[in-house]
Amino acid sequence: MAVNRARDGAPGYALTTLESMVAWGRKYSLFPLTFATACCGIEVMGALGTHYDLSRFGAEVVRFSPRQADVLLVAGTINYKMAPVLRRIYDQMLEPKWVISMGVCASSGGFYNNYTVLQGIDKIMPVDVYIPGCPPNPEGIIDAVVQIQKIIETGAPRAAERWPIK
Amino acid sequence: MGLVLEKLAARFGPEIAATHSNFGDDTALVRRERIVEILTFLRDDPGLLFDFAMDLTGVDYLGEEPRFEVVYHLYSLRMNHRVRIKVRLHEDDPVIDSAVSVWSGINWYEREAYDMYGIVFRGHPNLTRILMYEGFQGHPLRKDYPKAKRQPTIGPEE
Ligand code: SF4
Repeated sequence: MAVNRARDGAPGYALTTLESMVAWGRKYSLFPLTFATACCGIEVMGALGTHYDLSRFGAEVVRFSPRQADVLLVAGTINYKMAPVLRRIYDQMLEPKWVISMGVCASSGGFYNNYTVLQGIDKIMPVDVYIPGCPPNPEGIIDAVVQIQKIIETGAPRAAERWPIK
Repeated sequence: MGLVLEKLAARFGPEIAATHSNFGDDTALVRRERIVEILTFLRDDPGLLFDFAMDLTGVDYLGEEPRFEVVYHLYSLRMNHRVRIKVRLHEDDPVIDSAVSVWSGINWYEREAYDMYGIVFRGHPNLTRILMYEGFQGHPLRKDYPKAKRQPTIGPEE
């Protein structure tokens, strides 16, 4: 994007492509859907609250309807019983959409190596960004949002485009 | 032996396999055939009045025979006393009569014991899984459930 301001203070002009203009708008208006099933959800609240203030990155308008959201933030333990529900919510979201897997539980099952916990949500849906930690701190969530913004900005392929991984 | 166990032994002598009162907790191991009668007696006898079934759970003693055990924890709100009733069940026939007709609140506990251990409660109004989903294979709290066993990942129903 090239911006040129005239020296006399008159309004300048900007040169860009439509794609990068759309990406620029999209990047600063992410609507996350927080699918918080366990303790990680508390850290999401911390990230959205005044102290860490995710709204600085344009991603504070939490939507609890998947049809209005474009980032699915999976925060917490997902068990086999919950898996079809999560997948359905993912399917209900409109394209383009991104998925953040927050915490070891959502990413790999974590220490819940047992009969009931899904060993990573990437078994049932593509994941764009993983956040390590148990729980990850709010900076981790902010970093993940920034990573998503980078994906949007650069037009890098979303995880959905290379899924399922063979 | 506490008063509760004395009354129980006087009424159902041959049904009682063993009793103890370790640490003051009255416990009776009974045979399964007349379990509903025994529980009804505990609920209705004017000196016992066990009106509150606090808990029912299963136990898997893998390698012992009989393998399974059902444990009832009963409490009397009016008399302020407790008793623990245990029943052993064989592996090839883990069936016991349902106590839902005695305390309706025991309904979900029996479903849980069925779900986790595969113990069948004969006469239960709705003996289905309560914690696991219907497609779940096996009974996870059995000691021979493989630790690393994974369930098939189920998709959204079509
Ligand atoms: S990763 Fe840790 S904090 Fe997050 S849901 Fe799992 S146990 Fe809780």
